[in-house]
Amino acid sequence: MKSIILKTGSDYLLPLLIMFSIFILLRGHYLPGGGFVGGLIASIAFVLHFFANSLENTKNIIRIHPGLLIPVGLVFALFSAIIPLFLDQAVMTAQWMHEPLPVIGMVGTALLFDIGVYLVVLGVTLTIIFTISETM
Amino acid sequence: MLIAVLSGFILAFIMAFTGRWFKGKLSLLLSSVPVLLFLYFLQYSSTVAQGETLLFSYTWVPSMDIDFVFYLDGLSLLFSLLITGIGSLVFIYTAAYMKNHEYLDRFFAYLGMFMASMLGVVLSDNVVTLFIFWELTSISSFFLIGFKNESAESRKSALQALVITGLGGLFLLGAAALLGQITQSYSIQEMLQSGISIESSPLYGIVLLLIFVAAFTKSAQFPFHFWLPGAMTAPTPVSTYLHSATMVKAGIYLLARMSPLLGGQPAWSLTLMIFGGITMLYAAFHAIYRTDLKAILAYSTVSALGILVFLIGMGTEKSLLAASLFILVHALYKASLFLVAGTIDHEAGTRNLDQLGGLRKVLMPLAIAGLLAAISNAGIPPTIGFVGKDLIYEATLGTDSTLWLFTLVALITNILLLAAGFLAGIKPFTGPMPDALKDTHAAPVLMWLPPLLLAVLGLALGLYPAMIEGFTRAVHSSLLGSTSTAHLALWHGFNLVLLLSLVTLALGVTLYMVIRPSAERLAKVERFEKFSPKFILNGLGAAGTFFARAITSLLQNGYLRYYVFTIISFLTLLMAYKIISGVNLYIDYSRLSILSAKEIIIFSIMLASILFAIFTNSRLAAVASMGIMGYSICLLFVFFSAPDLAMTQFAIDTLTVILFVLVLYHLPKYLVLSETGIRLRDAALSITFGLFMTITIIEVLNEPVDKITSAYYAENAYKLAKGKNIVNVILVDFRGIDTMIEITVLAISAVGVFGLLKSKVNENPLKE
Repeated sequence: MKSIILKTGSDYLLPLLIMFSIFILLRGHYLPGGGFVGGLIASIAFVLHFFANSLENTKNIIRIHPGLLIPVGLVFALFSAIIPLFLDQAVMTAQWMHEPLPVIGMVGTALLFDIGVYLVVLGVTLTIIFTISETM
Repeated sequence: MLIAVLSGFILAFIMAFTGRWFKGKLSLLLSSVPVLLFLYFLQYSSTVAQGETLLFSYTWVPSMDIDFVFYLDGLSLLFSLLITGIGSLVFIYTAAYMKNHEYLDRFFAYLGMFMASMLGVVLSDNVVTLFIFWELTSISSFFLIGFKNESAESRKSALQALVITGLGGLFLLGAAALLGQITQSYSIQEMLQSGISIESSPLYGIVLLLIFVAAFTKSAQFPFHFWLPGAMTAPTPVSTYLHSATMVKAGIYLLARMSPLLGGQPAWSLTLMIFGGITMLYAAFHAIYRTDLKAILAYSTVSALGILVFLIGMGTEKSLLAASLFILVHALYKASLFLVAGTIDHEAGTRNLDQLGGLRKVLMPLAIAGLLAAISNAGIPPTIGFVGKDLIYEATLGTDSTLWLFTLVALITNILLLAAGFLAGIKPFTGPMPDALKDTHAAPVLMWLPPLLLAVLGLALGLYPAMIEGFTRAVHSSLLGSTSTAHLALWHGFNLVLLLSLVTLALGVTLYMVIRPSAERLAKVERFEKFSPKFILNGLGAAGTFFARAITSLLQNGYLRYYVFTIISFLTLLMAYKIISGVNLYIDYSRLSILSAKEIIIFSIMLASILFAIFTNSRLAAVASMGIMGYSICLLFVFFSAPDLAMTQFAIDTLTVILFVLVLYHLPKYLVLSETGIRLRDAALSITFGLFMTITIIEVLNEPVDKITSAYYAENAYKLAKGKNIVNVILVDFRGIDTMIEITVLAISAVGVFGLLKSKVNENPLKE
């Protein structure tokens, strides 16, 4: 699968799709979107790049092993769950900042949780796809 | 308080990242954690000794009545001090014992986890959190026992301990649930205060059984005792910490805690006295036949635990007082003896009694520690062991009926234990030194100071029992469930109890002089192993493995098409059963909307893609047309206003097709068609399944829809969770725990795929 058009296109699509996935992640709390879908879109971005170029090229872009994203994501989610414990509230009680941040909007532990989901989904999908294509 | 309890987990977590810094000299620094905790708990001792109790509560899952409530009374404080105090010494000792070990950081992390779980067990007032911490002790002890993971024996013992104690944990969960049902509360203190009589509940017998199994498995009571001697393959600090002072006492703690709640009935006391009695005699006999120092100590620990169960079962005021003190006494001398054995092993290179002797010449301070611990174990004045032993005899003499039997059992056990203690604490240091031990080095200070401290403490407390009188009274009160007025003293005057002590001493020392443990005698005892519970349990385990293998090779033969065929056939049969039992096939046309043009187009695309997938000759084309099918469904979701679902399905379908392509790309290009017969069979199955599925869905449409849940979410998404996208709010907030578990499952599946594909295992283990 070596097509110049796809190869050139994927170079521009990769950053665009990743930005789009982050956009989807951030708007999740108010409009359709969220960490799960965002993570899937981000992985599609990398998979597209990998199809157009080669696995080595894509791996060089990511630099780290995608599997490393999984524990990081789980820790994010876990943190969002135990933060309220230290504020003397029940586990997973959402905490919110009082003022919305510019661009991003209201930020709370739910976003932290969603980022965790995003990272886990991205890590899992890429690990599975990369592993399969490497060993086949 | 929460931070104090959880600090061990925090330590373990930090060690995961900074472990390599703590492998060298800095490892001693880690001991500051248990030391600080010990001081933290010590500050409460005067308050608690005055009879006060403290309650610390932190919200956790209030909706299920599960909170972190830590209750500090005499009993829990005694255990907390033992856990952190002996923990400190074990941490310090480990720094020297396992100096420069490759995985020292890992070991400390496990120890920290274990310490925190153990603190959680003894401090939890909520039975559900008690259960959680209880299981955590089993898990962390699994890692500690199996620390030498290159040794097959070590792995086996770790697994055995996990299976036995984990099994007990399940029983504890059952007991917790039933207690909660009877008393409408998960808090032990509320259960006590509510005045609801559990004895009169029809579930009382079951609760007792569950609690007994939980406690007996954890505290190595007959017939579950065998995991404890097996667990001696662990490094010595682990044996000291888990198997003498803390974890095995968790069962005792549970019985002691439940004693005011469930005790007083014949079913309670008889069972405990019978099992405790059997254990203490059986294990004491075994102890004196061993030649391995740690095996002697392990069996004598089992025996001591039997004594505690026996005393708690007896349930008189005196026996509970004896139990309160004996927990402390035993922890002091047994931990000390274990550490002594560890140092001997470390310096002399063997723990075999046959080969040990005369070590006093090189390990003098250690010899003193061994001697002091052995005489405390023997109950020779003026040690605290003497006070403890006196109380045991007083307790057995104090019962009205069959008094001679209890006293006799206690007497024989004590004689045997005395000999066992002398074997472990004195024998290695006396007599001529064998030539093989000539190059034994003196031990570093960190390896003789901790056992010496413990042994000296045993002596000091014996000389001034008043020091811990108030404290012991507080422990006694927790066991009694009412205020205690007990009095501790070294000297009770000339009476029957003193006579019994003298008899014990005389016979025990004689036994020690006579007995010569050797390999031949051990072999004689081990011939009886065939009838032991350990043998039976191993047999059961083997049978289970055989059964699992048979079932697996029947159902999972490695051909995906058979899996799919089995699953679909089973579902079809299930639905057929439901349909035969009666269906209501009624379609209310007035409730359906009119088909629009776009819907008709989508359905035609779907139909075309299905037909193409069935009849194409190329695998890739079939997969691609399945992808079209998926996209069409996404379009339907879009039209019926489920954008979240559509987006996700869209992405998933894309990735599924890519995955398939990746795998199928490498298969031969041309599809070999199956035989016509098989195709017809598959077609028949698919059509039947589809038909039944349709009938089921029509059935579902006729069911009245319950809108309470969706209305609740719609109303509260913004109010409670500050989100406008209900789907997302449900995922990250209302049902956040579910999502958490789902992403964990995802992570596990990725690890599975990675492991399966990367490990180059070509052999099918089932075909061996």
